[in-house]
Amino acid sequence: MILGRTERGTPPVEPVTLKILVAGGFGVGKTTLVGAVSEIKPLRTEEVLTEAGRPVDDTTGVEGKHTTTVAMDFGRITLREDLVLYLFGTPGQDRFWFLWDELASGALGAVVLADTRRLEDCFAAVDYFERRSIPFVIGVNCFDTAAHYPPETVRQALDLDPDVPVVLCDARRRESVKDVLVAVVQHAMAYTAEHRQTVTT
Amino acid sequence: MVRPYAMTRGRTSHAVQHRLDLIAVVVAEPHVDDPEDDHSLSPEHVRIVEMCRDTPQSVAELGAELDLPVGVVRVLVGDLVDEELVHVNRPVPPAELVDESILRDVISGLRAL
Repeated sequence: MILGRTERGTPPVEPVTLKILVAGGFGVGKTTLVGAVSEIKPLRTEEVLTEAGRPVDDTTGVEGKHTTTVAMDFGRITLREDLVLYLFGTPGQDRFWFLWDELASGALGAVVLADTRRLEDCFAAVDYFERRSIPFVIGVNCFDTAAHYPPETVRQALDLDPDVPVVLCDARRRESVKDVLVAVVQHAMAYTAEHRQTVTT
Repeated sequence: MVRPYAMTRGRTSHAVQHRLDLIAVVVAEPHVDDPEDDHSLSPEHVRIVEMCRDTPQSVAELGAELDLPVGVVRVLVGDLVDEELVHVNRPVPPAELVDESILRDVISGLRAL
């Protein structure tokens, strides 16, 4: 601590960091998607129980317990030494909505993964991102056993705004997931540009 | 097994943390040499400094790597900021990314994966 070794060499690169959220119902393939493009790590977050959790989290006998542990998936994609993209799989259960606010703040955008057999499972995520004006893309995970629908049918079923991209994908395939993520970034760029315009005019 | 908040001596928040974002990047200060010589630091504090010395790490990565809840990492990082052993770079909100070229770089980086 006393003898500073300033000759240690060049200081480490301090990267610009961005995050994209991966949302959708339970079992829709969020973990698979994150794992297809990054080394996946489980992340624990201990959060204060809120009203949202009260009907579910029975704290009888442990009234002093005010926090709950939630695990979520998290992956890092090093795009360049000075540019890192993080993916966060949002907790699927509704009772962890309070975690979303933290995840969503500062997010570049989101993927809402949808399964056409259970489209209603992603309504909540679509609502959430719409209300908070976070640009998102629908990724229709094409399960082998599910009937395939054209993107326009999915768009109508989800009552999406015309500018929200709907991308068919396979969450297991790296190339496919890359396309989805590129679609998120492109949509975020267009979204930001449009938003700026409406602010300035 | 150690109870996570034992490492923070029971503290669940820290004055400087201001809810450090999960992707805020922790960077060891270059003047920090051997944090293990500082006996006021816990082994977890020391590990964080060491991990961030060569490669700055996000709060989320520190949590995953040390297998600690994010809340604990925030408190520990707050201590290290107080001690001026690390500094924290807050992420730029996307709306303030004035330079669109960063997003173009993200796209070309993704395609090149």
